[in-house]
Amino acid sequence: MKSIALFFIGTIVFSIQGLAQADVQKKLQKQLILAEAGAVIEIPEGVFEFTNTLSLEEKKKITIRGKGMNKTKLSFKGQTDGAEGIRVSNCDEIVLEGFSVQDAKGDAIKTMHVNNITFRDVKTEWTGAPGPENGGYGFYPVQCDGVMIDKCEAMGASDAGIYVGQSKNIVVKNSKAYYNVAGIEIENSIHAEVFNNEAYQNTGGVLVFDLPDLVQKKGGDVNVHDNYIHDNNFPNFAPKGNIVASVPTGTGILILAAKGINIFKNKIINNQSVSTGIISYFTTGKPIKDKLYDPYPSAISIYDNQFERQVGRPVSADPLGMIVSKRFKENTPHIIYDGIKNKALLDANGNWTAGNCISIINNTNQSIVNLDASNLFKDMAIVPNEMFNCTNK
Amino acid sequence: MVRIFSIGLLFVILINSSFKTNKPTYPENLSEWGIFEGKMSQLIPKKDLVPYTLNTPLYTDYAEKSRLIRFPKGAKVDYKAQGVLDFPIGTLIVKSFYYSADQRNLGKDIDVMETRLLIHESDGWKAMTYVWNKDQSDAILEIAGDQKQVKFINPQGIAQQVRYVVPNQNQCKGCHNSNDKMMPIGPSVAQMNGDFNYSDGKQNQIAYWKKHGLIKSVPDGNLPKAAVWNDPSTGDLNARARAYLEINCAHCHRIDGPAQTSGLYLTAHETNATALGINKTPVAAGNGSGGNLYDIVPGDANASILLYRMKTKAPGERMPELGRNLVHEEGVALIQQWINEMKINKP
Repeated sequence: MKSIALFFIGTIVFSIQGLAQADVQKKLQKQLILAEAGAVIEIPEGVFEFTNTLSLEEKKKITIRGKGMNKTKLSFKGQTDGAEGIRVSNCDEIVLEGFSVQDAKGDAIKTMHVNNITFRDVKTEWTGAPGPENGGYGFYPVQCDGVMIDKCEAMGASDAGIYVGQSKNIVVKNSKAYYNVAGIEIENSIHAEVFNNEAYQNTGGVLVFDLPDLVQKKGGDVNVHDNYIHDNNFPNFAPKGNIVASVPTGTGILILAAKGINIFKNKIINNQSVSTGIISYFTTGKPIKDKLYDPYPSAISIYDNQFERQVGRPVSADPLGMIVSKRFKENTPHIIYDGIKNKALLDANGNWTAGNCISIINNTNQSIVNLDASNLFKDMAIVPNEMFNCTNK
Repeated sequence: MVRIFSIGLLFVILINSSFKTNKPTYPENLSEWGIFEGKMSQLIPKKDLVPYTLNTPLYTDYAEKSRLIRFPKGAKVDYKAQGVLDFPIGTLIVKSFYYSADQRNLGKDIDVMETRLLIHESDGWKAMTYVWNKDQSDAILEIAGDQKQVKFINPQGIAQQVRYVVPNQNQCKGCHNSNDKMMPIGPSVAQMNGDFNYSDGKQNQIAYWKKHGLIKSVPDGNLPKAAVWNDPSTGDLNARARAYLEINCAHCHRIDGPAQTSGLYLTAHETNATALGINKTPVAAGNGSGGNLYDIVPGDANASILLYRMKTKAPGERMPELGRNLVHEEGVALIQQWINEMKINKP
């Protein structure tokens, strides 16, 4: 009996019967404002329409729980105010589970300055055809410490479906991302485990980026393993100006200027332009003004992955895809490296100093091209695997 | 089963009532605060409240604003050269948003939308929003926000209609936020260093506060002064544009504000050109980029994301995120000119 009573103490059931839609917004928002530590706010099965952001601010230990991602749907199709569907800021120990967020006008779920945010069985989606008018990010934890994304799905984001930026201690697992520009993106983030996910039919499957001019300058210690990253050939639909607009259509994994990255035991299949790319920020062609920014990728280990692609030219029409296509035609190599190295990390002979190398070993169907991008692709060539036979351990 | 259910119901009720007892309770009605005298909707303050204005105010859908401040008895605020003044515990700031029926005749037939209170408690600033009722006899505390349709005639004589949005309590903090703490935005020395039409005549606000013992340690000589965004006699184009961006954008867009993740910092004292947006690529603009590559392209306002976001009405793209359903045409014109006249790479 006691346990039943305890259960009820923390649970606030959001009931909607007889409420007009405007009142639904007000009622749920009010519960989010008044919720006390330990509260579970339950949302029943059904489609609920909102016109403004639902926000949770300065709270501890709150759970917002629906009946499942395909049963409880929060629709923002008629949104007139607010820049995201759900926003969580300055909180601790927040759990979002068992609902979907549809058609938000900006980002679907943004969480900022949250310690320990869990997304479980949550779906973010734009229900129409993928296009640049869709919101940017599906899942958007930024400047959070402790991010768990488990059994989630993201569809239709015009930037990244599952995006984790400027955060620490991250797990993204058992999730699916499809029909986004970027399926999963880890940006300027530290200690991330990305595993058992499926990223497919995006423009790019999994991106690991370090970008300039941000508060959290540097990412690192990112492990991407045991994922199934396939058929990411959906034409890029990102609005111009966004960094992901330069991701080539047909990208499996793209590492941009990141350090301390391990990519292993992934199945990287039928990503027709770039199975895996390793590039510096220079190759994006964008200016660099941030003096504290390191634009080079280094300390990268790619091993025990399985690469496959169908015979055929790269599907990307952007400069990178075109250059590779022109040179290698039907048989594009799997791993594309722009060859731009941080000289500060090289020894007198031009070899990587300990712990900083780009190591590519023991992958099924491994083939590597060095673009020689800094010399305008002059010496672009398939390079022997031995050149990347090094270890960072 | 019935028994379990009823116990559950009982606990839900208990939780609900604990909401009221655990938190400081604020009056349900604005009238209980004793801020106004006479007919409330005239917004005439009692004697212990000082009205004030800002040199360059935040734009909110062409609403007019009345600002009041009440100091705790005998308390003074310390002079501070930069940033919002550190008001003593017990200070109450009152801001009412209203529309004159015809803005060519300001103050006549006003329709008050909301009155926002910021009260400085011992554990920090608290925000409350009171939404005015239909007959304008009082305003009711509303934590979850609201919206109202309002019609007015603008200074050009054109009939306007706007869906005026009252923010919810969390959204207050979306702007009133410094290092995740609730903070006032407007009343700094630079913003208040200008004249106000008091009942006993027009006077400089800082001088008035000094004379009435409301501020201490004011240095001699010239004090910092923010330009009036639409008055060229108060500052050159750059000074006016920077003052406009500071009050309209920098509450979020600064290093300790909610938009710090963007790396775009629009305070008036920002000196890093990239942080100010010049040739800066966006971070998470999404469709808010409007297809443009950089926040500010010197000499080309129409290719600048910053101007696009001021001009678009689409939620999720427009800036500021809250309180702007109507484009601020005059503000857009100012920033457009500022960007177009910007020398390449030199703000």
